[in-house]
Amino acid sequence: MADPMRIRAKMEGDKTVVRVLMSHEMETGQRKDSAGKTIPAMFIQEVTATCNGKTVLSAQWGTSISKNPYLQFAFSGAKAGDKVVVSWVDSKGDKRTDEAAIAA
Amino acid sequence: MMQWRGGALMLGAALVAVSVGAQAQSGGDTIKKIEEYRQALADGNPADLWEARGEDLWKQKRGPKNVSLERCDLGKGPGVVKGAYAELPRYFADADRVMDLESRLLHCMTTQQGMTRAEALKVPFGDGEKRSDMEALSAYVAGESRGVKMNVSQAHAKERQAYALGQKLFYYRGGPHDFACATCHGEANKRIRLQDLPNLTETKDAQKAYTTWPAYRVSQGELRTMQWRLNDCFRQQRFPFLEFGSDTSVALLTFLARNANGAEFNAPAIKR
Ligand code: HEC
Repeated sequence: MADPMRIRAKMEGDKTVVRVLMSHEMETGQRKDSAGKTIPAMFIQEVTATCNGKTVLSAQWGTSISKNPYLQFAFSGAKAGDKVVVSWVDSKGDKRTDEAAIAA
Repeated sequence: MMQWRGGALMLGAALVAVSVGAQAQSGGDTIKKIEEYRQALADGNPADLWEARGEDLWKQKRGPKNVSLERCDLGKGPGVVKGAYAELPRYFADADRVMDLESRLLHCMTTQQGMTRAEALKVPFGDGEKRSDMEALSAYVAGESRGVKMNVSQAHAKERQAYALGQKLFYYRGGPHDFACATCHGEANKRIRLQDLPNLTETKDAQKAYTTWPAYRVSQGELRTMQWRLNDCFRQQRFPFLEFGSDTSVALLTFLARNANGAEFNAPAIKR
């Protein structure tokens, strides 16, 4: 199973700023291994973030996103102590969900 | 083998494009721009992922003896991680040797957890799905010295011997190009391709170099340690393969670490 994400969420003014690091190879399908064989593509395809049951971010990703992606976004309507839940699903169907409480 | 990947930084690059791009007009040289780019990336340093995995590995019961590394003495007493990296390499009486972090971890994995050397070093340097426990553990331990001043001892005779040998090696010319470390790292304002070569004979550069490793190497998508750094410089120098944790590597690290004394440790960092 994939490693946990590192999620930091923090109030900045009336916005919540979320910083997420994901552990993922994000294979583009363009690389070859040392034997010259193409390494099949395998990448995070869907990313969603929710807070208090509402979706605050929904994204479709592809092979142009880096290995071990870093995602930063902001949304409004939450307060310190609320939980942000982030999930991803990759092109193999592997998934991972982690959460963090919003810091003041 | 890991191949350089052109798309490696797309997301990071896209997200920081605004701030970097806005300053691009103001001129300045390439090196300054690379520095800005590094700073823009530091906020989302994937080294965090290695530190988290390393902390987990440190606390997990592993090896044939099924014990964690929480009794491993990194020099400040069994299990003390905080500030340990800033005082390494150092002399360890139980091994009667000077050891850097990685050779010490190897020592604990073999003596306490009961792994063979080959098991403990199955993946010294990670490559994608082949992940290195050593790199993760090193990231975790090093991270626990963030903000601590480098304080490498020369009290024991073997510590002084290691430093002297490291210094000698640093200036020792050899190989097909007749290179020493000093050939590439002994003068200011030198570079290879776009890479600034630190002048490691000068305190400021020596401190900055040492206190920013281990580091997440963006171009490789991996976290790298000082053993890796030396290994790669040996390769660039066309020297024979450097054995992991060897006395040669520890001597060079003693020389480099001691020369960084007084500087605040600030790694795992992020490098191009
Ligand atoms: C052929 C030139 C060459 C030789 C010889 C060489 N290096 Fe390097 N060294 C480099 C390059 C290139 C880099 C990477 C710079 C970069 O990627 O930004 C580097 C980086 C380093 C760094 C990290 C600097 C930093 O700020 O991140 C250290 C420490 C280092 N070398 C030590 C050594 C030691 C010790 C030796 C001798 C065993 C040595 N090097 C021999 C070219 C060389």
